[in-house]
Parts: sequence; structure tokens; C-alpha cells
Amino acid sequence: MPDLHGFSDQLLLGLWMTVRLALSALGLGLVLGLAGAAAMSAPMAPVRWIAHGYTTIIRGIPELLVVLLIYFGSSVVLMAALRPFGYTGYIELSPFVAGSIALGLTFGGYASEVFRGAFQAVPPGQGEAARALGMGRIHIFFRIVLPQGWRIALPGLGNLFLVLMKDTALVSVIGLEEIMRKAQFAVGATKEPFTFYLAAAFLYLGLTIVSMAGLAWMEKRANRGMPRARAS
Amino acid sequence: MNIDVMMAALPKLLEGAGLTLQLLFISGFFGVLLAVPLAVARASQSLAVKALPFAYIFFFRGTPLLVQLFLVYYGLSQFAFVRESPILWPVLSEPYWCAIITFSLHTGAYIAEILRGAIQAVPAGEVEAARALGMTRAGTMGRIVLPRAARIALPAYGNELILMLKGSALASTITLLDLTGMARTVIARNYMPLETFLMAGIIYMAITFVLVRALRFIEHRVSAHMRARPTGPVGVEPTA
Repeated sequence: MPDLHGFSDQLLLGLWMTVRLALSALGLGLVLGLAGAAAMSAPMAPVRWIAHGYTTIIRGIPELLVVLLIYFGSSVVLMAALRPFGYTGYIELSPFVAGSIALGLTFGGYASEVFRGAFQAVPPGQGEAARALGMGRIHIFFRIVLPQGWRIALPGLGNLFLVLMKDTALVSVIGLEEIMRKAQFAVGATKEPFTFYLAAAFLYLGLTIVSMAGLAWMEKRANRGMPRARAS
Repeated sequence: MNIDVMMAALPKLLEGAGLTLQLLFISGFFGVLLAVPLAVARASQSLAVKALPFAYIFFFRGTPLLVQLFLVYYGLSQFAFVRESPILWPVLSEPYWCAIITFSLHTGAYIAEILRGAIQAVPAGEVEAARALGMTRAGTMGRIVLPRAARIALPAYGNELILMLKGSALASTITLLDLTGMARTVIARNYMPLETFLMAGIIYMAITFVLVRALRFIEHRVSAHMRARPTGPVGVEPTA
């Protein structure tokens, strides 16, 4: 990597922060996505409404607005929630936590639709067979439906992860020192905006390429043992 | 929650929504203009022809829109010839035009990829039939392949338009007062981030809703030939 007026170390630190943010948002997003998919097929109608409302809202408003809403709005909500318990101090989420929550919420909203489609694609006979063998609901989900649905969900989740990684740049707006923020500092010191934003662009491209390779490997692994249809 | 605050912010936010829609439609228009030649070149068999559009599409789809926006708005001013040019500088020093240029380049790459898939999905028989009738290659492209591809690409284009609506919120990071930018300005005065951002979110949802409906209507209109013909006794109007 070129020296970039001595700012390459800072950009690499930013890269590390971007990776950490993307992975923590991914963790939260996967949990939310699974919960959302489960809630969409819940027996109780209000649970289904909440899940559908969640995905509709999160898919209808810009990611930047979600980031700003979580960061600036959370203080108001948290302070109002804690006031009855006698706590009157000022509360603020760190940019990292707020960013992880915002991007995790976004990922989860889209992922719940991906998971729902994937679980519906697992033949119902599989679940029925497991029930007949005496498995409980939780066992059926984790041992039968999830491993088979995972294979179908993986390409969709992979696309969402690529989107998530690019959305991490938005968290620079609330001051998290990831790639974009570090690039902004470097621009401020050197007055060379094109150089540093282009360097940032190449870091994101590198992340995209590495993720695509990782996803291809995971898809290959998830498909092992599946008969492959030949095109001709 | 304070409904009065939300209502008080509404006029300003709607003003911002106007700019958001302007950015969306102008860049959507230029994006399509850009995407058509890109997609045609990208769908080419020749490696030399498709290499450049491939690199272009890969760059714009692989990097965040925020980086692209900063590259155009802040980045280009690094070069003396841009700052001294009497043509480039009046355009590139305006955040409005920088946003339009970046969004067009960005959405153009995504539309090109959608259109490439659609071009390749046009049945080979139709292309062969056109060639057999003596149409030139350009004639076949303009009269057979592209109109067919446009119909195939329409649903995916609708999704891209919605994504671009949400992407246009980034215009607020280069000082434009679009819906998100206006919300941030209002918050600087009323100190009510929750209510104001929620109101902005509601307006975005409303725009999304209308766009989805409008696209569904257009899709319905252009696919009359694909619907089942009314069946039943001749002369009897089908109900519903």
C-alpha cells in the first residue's frame, strides 16, 4: 500500500473499524431476520402485523435516516424510559453502538423476507417427518429447517451483506472513525480530497471482492452433497 | 412524542421532499440515458467492447454512494484544471449539480446491469427472426431487442428507483436541503430529533407507496398482451 502522506496507517485503522461495524451489524441483523421470519409465520395475528410493519417501514425509509434517527433519537427515548426509575442524567449511544443497531435493523428487515422465502422452500414433509419422530418445535427449526433453508437463503443474504458493507460509510456522518471519517481527516490535513476518497473507494472495492470470494466459498460449502443439474 | 411538533415541521419537510423528488427524477432520467449504451456494450460478445463497461459497473456497484458523492463534490476540486475551467467549475462547485451527476452515474451503473440481464433474456428466436427478415444489426437492436428488454427490465427498474429514492438522502451530506437535509435543519432549531426524523420517515414511506403503485400501474398497462384473454360466450362482457 502506498504511503499517502503517512495516512495509510490511519486508513487501515478505519478499515478495521469498518469490518468490526459490518460484522456486529451482521450479527444483530441475522438475529432480527430470523426473529422477523419466525414472527411472520406466527399463529397470532398481532405478531405477524408487527413483523410485517417492521419490514415495510425499514424498507421504505433511507438508511441514512435510520442511522440519524437511532443516534439522535435514542437519547430521547432512553432518557424518557429511565426517568421513572429516578435516573435523570444524559444518555447517549456511542456512534459504534448506534451504527450497529441502525445497520442491523436495516439488514434484519430485508433478511426476514429472505429467510421467510427460504424456510417456505423447505418441503413441509421434512418438518412433519421430524414431528412424527418426536422432535420439538425448537429442534425441528434448528436441526431440520434452518440447515436446509440456509442453503437457499445464502445468496440473498450475501447480497444484503454487500449492501450492508457499503452502508457502513453512512455511519461516518455520526462521527464513527471508519474508512470515510479517516479519509475526511486526511483530506483536512493534506487538501487532497480526490486522492483520499479514491483510496477509500479502493478499500471498499477490496472489501467487496474479499466478501464475494468468501460468499462463493460458503455457497459451495452449503451446496455440498446437492446433486448439480447439468446445463446441457 | 409530540404531534404538534411533527405538524409544525411538515411544511418545511414537504419543501425538502420537492428537492428529493427533483433529484430522483432528473438522475433517474440521465441514468437511463447512460445505461442503454453501457448495457448494449456490456452484453457484447467481444471482450474489448465489454471490458470498459464492466469496470465502470463494477466500480459504481462496489463502492458506497457516499464515497462517489464526495469524490465528485470534494474530490474533483483537487485538480487545478477543474477549478480554472470556465465550463466545469460553475457546475462542479454547485452541490446540486454534483448530486445530479453522481446519482446519474451511480444509478446508471445499476440500471445498465439490470438492462444487460434483460437484453440477454430476449428470446434468441426473435433476434434470429429479425435478422432473417433482413433487419440490420442496429435495426434489430433498436426495434426488437431494446423494446423487449425494456419490458423485461421494468420490475427491476422499479426496485432501483426505490433504492435511489433512499440513496438521495445522501444529498444532505453535501449541504443540500432535500427531505433529510431539511429535517436536520429543522432539528437544529426545534431540538426534537425523534419527532422530526419520524415525520421525514413518514413522508419517505408515502413517496415509496405512491411510486410502487405508479410502477405497478405502468406495468399493468404495458403487459396487456400477456394477460389471459377474456373467455366465455361471445358478446357477453366479462365481469371484473
